[in-house]
Amino acid sequence: MALKDSVSRLLQNDLIALEESAGCIFAEVPKDKIVSCLSSLRDELGFNFLSDIVGVDNSALYEAKAKKAKKKKDKEGEENETPEPERPALPRFEVIYLLLNPDTNERLQVRIRVPEDDLKVQSITSLWKGANWPERECFDMFGIRFEGHPYLRRLLMWDEFPAHPLRKDYPLEGMGEERHLIYEPEGEGHWT
Amino acid sequence: MAIEAYSGDGWLLTKLEQLINWGRKRSPWPLPYGTACCGIEMMAALASGYDMARFGAERPSFSPRQADVLIEAGTITKKMVPILKRIYDQMAEPKWVIAMGACACSGGVFRTYSTLQGIDKVIPVDVYVPGCPPRPEGLLYALLKLIEKIEKDHPLHKKAVLLKGELQHGTQR
Ligand code: SF4
Repeated sequence: MALKDSVSRLLQNDLIALEESAGCIFAEVPKDKIVSCLSSLRDELGFNFLSDIVGVDNSALYEAKAKKAKKKKDKEGEENETPEPERPALPRFEVIYLLLNPDTNERLQVRIRVPEDDLKVQSITSLWKGANWPERECFDMFGIRFEGHPYLRRLLMWDEFPAHPLRKDYPLEGMGEERHLIYEPEGEGHWT
Repeated sequence: MAIEAYSGDGWLLTKLEQLINWGRKRSPWPLPYGTACCGIEMMAALASGYDMARFGAERPSFSPRQADVLIEAGTITKKMVPILKRIYDQMAEPKWVIAMGACACSGGVFRTYSTLQGIDKVIPVDVYVPGCPPRPEGLLYALLKLIEKIEKDHPLHKKAVLLKGELQHGTQR
């Protein structure tokens, strides 16, 4: 596919992976190269519309995969003695940038992986002003810090909220965070 | 309403309390507070098809200071709680609240970290309307129930209790 070739030619050494699935092209780039990669994609391939920025917490997926692999190994038992070589663990979080080329109507997904102990990512608000709110949402929900963002504040939850609720280790029903839930009547007869 | 009318021109004998209740129950002006899908059904109930104005809910009042009934139709997130509370506080007495829909009554399907599990945790509620969403008839029925409640009210008696409490606490209003 022409787009795949031009992306790989443009990004060359910065490209970690380039896959195509279900008609979508995924490009994975290193975390610290994201600004330069996106700016060259924007300026040279015409991907000048940023649809969205999404965060992904992969911890549950990795756990499920590890469980499955272990089950398989147990099943095969002692017949297969040679263990598979251990692959290095993938970082827990991903940030995915969804780009669109409005002229050719092509879409591209650029992915970076963010390890849990280094949650800093360069902000791309210098390239797209519209990245402001998606980055704030991503910070709110996953705790990924975007460096160089002009106003990195929670977007959806209230400011004093103590957790990042879309992380997989956060329970759906919350951990009892409430906000001004106790109604204090200001005087007798206030309820009447 | 039990009005003892004497025959003759221009005379009507009643109790003051009943007169007040009569006035109040004929004009429960709603403050529409539609935050989610239930708001659409509330709009239908207010519009000409179902015509809530038949029961005195004549003018949807978009200012809390001129409203009598807060119709809370929809999901309340915890982030919105202070706003809801402030709007309730801004309404002048007498005021009533209708919680419309499963979300307003109990949080509904959203048993999550972000949703308030029933607005009665924050403000007092007079009538609950179940359903997801309730039909406009449900809201009309709730309004009729509320009117029944207003009818049985004792506005003067309550005032006396209020004054007594103030005297005891020595506060000035
Ligand atoms: S009760 Fe149902 S219809 Fe009403 S706001 Fe909640 S989800 Fe929407």
